[in-house]
Amino acid sequence: MQKSKLGLDFEKVEYARGLAKGIAEDVQSFVEQYTTVAVERTLCRLMGIDGVDDNDVPLPNVVVEALKDKGVLNEGALFFIANAMIQTGLSPQQIAEKVAADELDLTKVVTRDPQQIADVLKPVIDESMTRIRTRRARREHYLETIGEGPKPYLYIIVATGNIYEDVVQAQAGARQGADVIAVIRTTGQSLLDYVPYGATTEGFGGTFATQENFRIMRKALDEVGEEQGRYIRLCNYCSGLCMPEIAIMGAFEGLDVMLNDALYGILFRDINMQRTLIDQYMSRIINGFAGVIINTGEDNYLTTADAVEAAHTVLASDLINEQLALMAGLPEEQMGLGHAFEMDPMLENGFLLELAQAQMTREIFPKATLKYMPPTKFMTGNIFRGHIQDALFNMIGIWTHQGIQLLGMPTEAIHTPFMSDRYLSIENAKYIFNNMKSIGEEMEFVEGGICRNRAKEVLGNTIKLLEEITKEGLFTALEKGIFGDVKRPKNGGKGLQGVTMKGENYYNPFVELMKGKR
Amino acid sequence: MSEGLYSMEAKDFDKTLDFTKIKPYGDTMNDGKVQLSFTLPVPCGAEAVEAAKQLLRKMGLENPSVVYYKELTPGFTFFNCYGSCTHTVDYSTIYVPKVESDTMDMYETDEYIRENIGRKIVIVGASTGTDAHTVGIDAIMNMKGYAGHYGLERYDMIEAYNLGSQVPNEEFIAKGIELHADALLVSQTVTQKDVHIKNMTEFIELMEAEGLRDKMICCCGGARITHELAKELGFDAGFGMNTYADDVASFVVQEMVKRGMK
Repeated sequence: MQKSKLGLDFEKVEYARGLAKGIAEDVQSFVEQYTTVAVERTLCRLMGIDGVDDNDVPLPNVVVEALKDKGVLNEGALFFIANAMIQTGLSPQQIAEKVAADELDLTKVVTRDPQQIADVLKPVIDESMTRIRTRRARREHYLETIGEGPKPYLYIIVATGNIYEDVVQAQAGARQGADVIAVIRTTGQSLLDYVPYGATTEGFGGTFATQENFRIMRKALDEVGEEQGRYIRLCNYCSGLCMPEIAIMGAFEGLDVMLNDALYGILFRDINMQRTLIDQYMSRIINGFAGVIINTGEDNYLTTADAVEAAHTVLASDLINEQLALMAGLPEEQMGLGHAFEMDPMLENGFLLELAQAQMTREIFPKATLKYMPPTKFMTGNIFRGHIQDALFNMIGIWTHQGIQLLGMPTEAIHTPFMSDRYLSIENAKYIFNNMKSIGEEMEFVEGGICRNRAKEVLGNTIKLLEEITKEGLFTALEKGIFGDVKRPKNGGKGLQGVTMKGENYYNPFVELMKGKR
Repeated sequence: MSEGLYSMEAKDFDKTLDFTKIKPYGDTMNDGKVQLSFTLPVPCGAEAVEAAKQLLRKMGLENPSVVYYKELTPGFTFFNCYGSCTHTVDYSTIYVPKVESDTMDMYETDEYIRENIGRKIVIVGASTGTDAHTVGIDAIMNMKGYAGHYGLERYDMIEAYNLGSQVPNEEFIAKGIELHADALLVSQTVTQKDVHIKNMTEFIELMEAEGLRDKMICCCGGARITHELAKELGFDAGFGMNTYADDVASFVVQEMVKRGMK
């Protein structure tokens, strides 16, 4: 058993983990019985279906809507596509085009037996799997040759709305030292039940996530990475109503990090909990297979609830998210479990409480690439104090060996970052990370002190909360507003109409293929 | 720009405070000292520094001094600068429209409602349009409130409904009708490309079209919202930085009494 600097009782940690496992299994047994429009569109994309029809509707939507309209979505897109392939001899893309042109009714083709279906799909499946493996190998090759920056990775955002302008900002950020570039999505994309197509230059507060935009940014980061001799990771948002679709686009285009958290969507985007937990399972299977680091959104709980009082909800959710991710075959190293530095800066000894929690999170998830979020709630527009708040946050980041440090900006709460804001923030982080590099190895936490007591208290409260959730299940807990003080009904929110129970002929071999073969 | 336009030796200025002619203060009255930072889209070098200085002079800053500069990425240079402002403003004649109500705390507001309205009032709030941020509306409405100011949900005499984020205006207004709202609160956090202006204008137009504008009190809020902007767009009040649930509740109840809403 590992040794805790905080005197954490690892038997208690394992007990908490066991509770979280039970809660996750309960969710998982529900999830596995269902599919959604987004999962089926994802399978269409895995069949190579891409592009849009005359009305700019993506072809995966055309195919899946056609099945949904006929009331047969429960059998799954692959079943119908395979039957159509056998009957017509056409490729999935050609079939989708025919559906779009009203020249083919997928429900009218002769149905074949499972073996014939598996046989006709196999070459297409192999091609998709190879495409993702090749992408993954490309990243691994870069990491072996040009290498990467040390952890914590410096993570910055770009958010111009125009992918070409984003490229300029991203390359500038990479040259200043950023390791991860996140392209913020346009406001409202999480609630679209389709993924827009092509390169985009108009967005509000961010840029549309499209496969073409992914490709453009990946290319730009490869260029600047080669120039700087350091692999630059690309991050986007595998959340909202198109979770697994964004995952597959990211897997095809070489994204490295994805925000990927159903709980976040439920609480903060009012997405139906059943829908998004089903979507999340498929998206995490893909992210796991593609070598993508997922980020979870627990930090957001502290923007609505109080950071001192609600610290245990973050840890409880991290533990549940860890188990849900493991069930999707996602390795611990790819788990960017979220937590944050969000206490009121006027709090006496607040730094020590933050330090204790960050160290506790590190010790409880030793292999995870933890995602540590900067102060946002108490950033006031006083850029000078804000820069110091970010400095304290950076000290804890290096002290407790966080995985991904989301750099705070002094101008948080004022505007999306200027080029100079990013420079100042990167300079702040690099200065502190270098100047305090080994502080974590040098310092110990005093017995019976504030830090040890805080960690013990948070773990204790986490166990109580997990015991409560175990009794009633995650769905009921969410209905009661256990996370972030936000209450969401099980049948409320957006996207429930896209959920259907799997039918007799349902076929999705990717689950086993991706979970089985790393 | 000629160097001679501004005095380079501004030492003999009048050091008395005059509210009709105020200028920035560094450490001496009327020294006009200003600090600023910006990025120019030029490569780093002596020419870049000179460009920054010329720009400062055009801004009306004399003795411009570039104290730090750094190339952020090829073709972009960042500057920290100081200068002495030559302009003044007349502070004595300034008029700024403000929310005209006395701010009461939660207990006082509850008491005010009991005495003057005699029933629970209904306030419905949301982050509307495409805005996904709930931080503003949560700070005003959530039980806990923000920075020690309790949110509207905690008030005994207020029934508060927080509809969350990305609520379309039509849906928001429909909910307001359904709940018999006395006041509607619109929160806007994203202001890029003035998306909030478009959304808030649409809200007021819808309220007018429905004949509801005079029946409910309409307030808006957000870090970039001012009372002046709110009034311009047709709201009753706007709540920006450093305003809390107390300010909003106080305004709503006093406005209700003023209008005779029972």
